[in-house]
Amino acid sequence: MTADLRAVGVTKSFGGVQALAECSLVARAGQITGLIGPNGSGKTTLFNVMTGYERVDAGQVFLGEQVITGAPPPRVFALGVGRTFQLTRVFPRLTVLENMMVPAQRGRTARQHRQRALDLLAFTGIAGHADALAGTLSYGQRKLLELAYVLVADPAVVLLDEPAGGVNPSLIIHIADRIRELNKDGRTFLIVEHNMEFVMGLCDQVTVLDSGAVVASGPPEEIRSNPRVLDAYLGRDAEADADD
Amino acid sequence: MTGSTGTGGPLTEGTVTEAAPPAPNTLRTGTGWIRHSPARMLAAGVVTALLVMVAVFPLVFTNQTVTNIGVVTLIFVAVASAWNLFSGYSGYLSLGHAIFYGAGAYFLAVAAKDWNLTGSAIFWLVPLAGVVAALIAIPLGLVALRVRRHTFVVITIAFFFIAQLSASNLGITGGSSGLIVPAPNWNPTTYNNPFYYLAMLLAAATVALSVVIRRSRFGLQLRAIRDDEDRAAGLGVRAMPVKLTALVISAFITGMAGALWVYFIGEAVPQFVFDPLFDLAVVLMAFFGGLGTVAGPVLGALVLEPTQLYLTLEQSNGYESEILFGVLFLVVILFLPRGVLPTAAEYLSKGRARLRRGRGGTP
Repeated sequence: MTADLRAVGVTKSFGGVQALAECSLVARAGQITGLIGPNGSGKTTLFNVMTGYERVDAGQVFLGEQVITGAPPPRVFALGVGRTFQLTRVFPRLTVLENMMVPAQRGRTARQHRQRALDLLAFTGIAGHADALAGTLSYGQRKLLELAYVLVADPAVVLLDEPAGGVNPSLIIHIADRIRELNKDGRTFLIVEHNMEFVMGLCDQVTVLDSGAVVASGPPEEIRSNPRVLDAYLGRDAEADADD
Repeated sequence: MTGSTGTGGPLTEGTVTEAAPPAPNTLRTGTGWIRHSPARMLAAGVVTALLVMVAVFPLVFTNQTVTNIGVVTLIFVAVASAWNLFSGYSGYLSLGHAIFYGAGAYFLAVAAKDWNLTGSAIFWLVPLAGVVAALIAIPLGLVALRVRRHTFVVITIAFFFIAQLSASNLGITGGSSGLIVPAPNWNPTTYNNPFYYLAMLLAAATVALSVVIRRSRFGLQLRAIRDDEDRAAGLGVRAMPVKLTALVISAFITGMAGALWVYFIGEAVPQFVFDPLFDLAVVLMAFFGGLGTVAGPVLGALVLEPTQLYLTLEQSNGYESEILFGVLFLVVILFLPRGVLPTAAEYLSKGRARLRRGRGGTP
């Protein structure tokens, strides 16, 4: 069901700005990998490159042993890689249930697809809004809808761009619980997030980006005390805390 | 909860503090939500009544000037609905549908002349005219649909002017003097009726197709593209084939409508066949009734086309109806940007909610 998602030596520039510099990252099959770094460090660009929204200047992206570099987004999705966006992107003039029906159906009848959609709405806790227009949902509910409709097609790997960003604390716990439960089935997650408590409590591995390059990679407890990470991202206060 | 999830694994039901109770008029069943709406029953009644009224119209109103208006109005019901099932559903606003209308019209005029067809035999050219327009839509779409929104609009206008200039200058189209289509030798008192019923058939089939597409997965993909094309692509929607298919279907119907219209009026002249006001009129009809809805373009065509024809008949100068349409366009865009039907539905829904609150029920 699941496979490693790897970026190997990926480089990407926009004009004179280098967003990614020979960046390599592995989201291991069945694990939850966190991707952290300061604003502008290239996290979302890496997501875009891995999901076909941006072309690489150099480097390769692999899903398992398959090269997916340069594959367009529908192809990447069909291969089993789904993603959400930093700013939620639901279809505002479709109902919530219609949003759930948009993703391509892989080997399912329409009835099975609909049942899966309804089950996922119940799973994420927004089933009561099935007939509401997605544009009328609150920000937190949109985050849940985005998570739900990415899951409809059972992607092997799910990339979440700031799933806890801008949502209330109780909803953050709810989202983390849902991710943990999905991960128990062996689904691979790669998560960009600024909420350190969320990342460190949820992820098996954490990779840190700074200026488009990987600064460190390892288990959360190792990352928490890595001097380069403290210097580049977590800051001196955190270092002092770590010393304590 | 609950069991099987299609081919996916079992899931546990979640609860979220922001969750709301089910929306009104819905019922949870084993397979999902089913809408139980008296409004749907009412809509079915209105559609049936409208169909009966349209069918008996030329039998009740036998004046040929009146049925003349009826024929052209039904042609515009078909065109506005066809335009809407591409532009309204996908969000790609075309100002070049006159290309397909004109292509269908010229095909019929040229083929009738070259193949020496007369009378009812010419009607067999109508579906072929649709095929010609659809074939033109393929290369046009492959170019124009690579760009989005405003750029797409500009490209369709550019294509339109290329078509118009070509029709005015090519030998096959008769240049600026155009082509005459031989008029059928029918009873003058019921002359319009065959055109009327063919136009009715085309209009009804187009509206039915609009309903089918809107309810289909294809229609859902079109509406997802309208809302956020890049996001839809990231969920596996292959946008180009979807958009192109919709454009080709729309062009097919518009081409048939153009062919029927040119046979009805009896001549193909460039300034009328490739008329820039045609596209503006069609867009206004869809916006007036409700862009992207099934009933909106129908309402727009049924209200606006007879009004324009009536004013043109009443006013010898003709431009007053065009000024009126320009003003109406402004009013619709400024005050009813979603169209009459969606705005009315919204007011109705708000009124019902207010009524419920007044009775002490839940909002």
